[in-house]
Amino acid sequence: MNNRLRIFWVIHFSLLVGLMLMIFPLPDWAEPFRPDWVSLILIYWCMALPFHAGLGTGLALGLLLDVAMGTLLGQHALGLTLLTFIILKNHQRFRIYPPIQQSIIVMFVLLAKQLLFLWIYGITNRAPASLFIYFMPSFISMILWPWVAAIMRDIHYRFLPAFR
Amino acid sequence: MQSLFQQNLSLTFRLVVISVLCLVLMTIDHRNDALKGFRSTLGSYLVYPMQYIVSLPSRFLEWSGNSMAAHQSIMEENARLYDENLQLKAQQLKLLSLQQENSRLRELLRASSQVGEDILIAEVVRVDQDYYKQQIVINKGKVHHVYPGQPVIDAKGVLGQVVEVYQYTADVLLISDPSHALPVQNNRNGVRTISQGKGNPNELDLLHIPNNTDLKPGDLLISSGLGGRFPPNYPVAVIAEVVIQPGLPFAKVTATPTAELDRSREVLLVWPNQQPEYHE
Repeated sequence: MNNRLRIFWVIHFSLLVGLMLMIFPLPDWAEPFRPDWVSLILIYWCMALPFHAGLGTGLALGLLLDVAMGTLLGQHALGLTLLTFIILKNHQRFRIYPPIQQSIIVMFVLLAKQLLFLWIYGITNRAPASLFIYFMPSFISMILWPWVAAIMRDIHYRFLPAFR
Repeated sequence: MQSLFQQNLSLTFRLVVISVLCLVLMTIDHRNDALKGFRSTLGSYLVYPMQYIVSLPSRFLEWSGNSMAAHQSIMEENARLYDENLQLKAQQLKLLSLQQENSRLRELLRASSQVGEDILIAEVVRVDQDYYKQQIVINKGKVHHVYPGQPVIDAKGVLGQVVEVYQYTADVLLISDPSHALPVQNNRNGVRTISQGKGNPNELDLLHIPNNTDLKPGDLLISSGLGGRFPPNYPVAVIAEVVIQPGLPFAKVTATPTAELDRSREVLLVWPNQQPEYHE
């Protein structure tokens, strides 16, 4: 029981830090290049501890993100749930891939999420001006994934040594 | 341990349930206000602390910048502000007498018009929201009696309106958002139209302008107050371009907002339709 509680706190605290990074103020020119921190951290936990981070985590986190970002209630929730689902379905396969290959998988999963968002933006009349800039966060996240994964693995092994 | 098959089946089932739930939530949120309470509770008690922590570094920078500024520059700024204050006071004197004269004349004409608004200064919390939504967060909320639909202005013109109120913060939808339209009036000749955002902080569209309407680049547009939400006579935008398209029924008119939509640090919350108060 104590262990489960420990896992719960480590996972959710790291996700909250990711959420803060998502709303951290950046200069205007850097805004489109902000990596999708929350998704990256969530993807790591889904691959590493698939029985402890699940669809419910994605849903709760997505709702918080929707309130923080001012988007439609349920938009990020749907996106993160879908992302969690794809990773959980294939976590045994993704885990043994080398980092570069994982990066490409991460990019495709994030692109799928952004495509879903694009659809929602289109329905609510908020289509972005440039699609290249719109999809930029996915590419930046792809480049950052090996480093994020390494840092997350460090945190994982240090605070949850019993659950490698 | 559960078998793999069972686990996968329940995972797909849960995905379907959650997706349907999200779609229903989005539809409700898009179409009506039923979820306002839920959103504002979540925003006040869970998201606000995070926004506060995130805005600390920029607050600290600002504070240290202020406290380490040279004595000389503070003295200069003080002198400049003193001059400005004196000038504004003189103008205010004239304005007061004009205001009284105006209300006296209106009484003679038996027309009633309420002038004077209550105003509160709010600061823009440096928190980034969705990049594709023209929206900002300010540091005044329910405890300061902010209400949804309240007009927000800055020193140069109309900025937007409050759309979401939390305990200590509020979301302000800018006039440049595509979902925001504002009834305006040409200051030169009183032609009335509607300005709509385009998702770009430097551009507004004027809707349904017949080709022969008297609008010129450089004309000042002021709020007309016809929507019943914004007080009249605040500057909104300056017309940038008028393109007359002979084949189409309406001219294409764009305007530049006078307010600094993407640069304002301090904004003013307005409570319209208050009786004027004269401070001695």
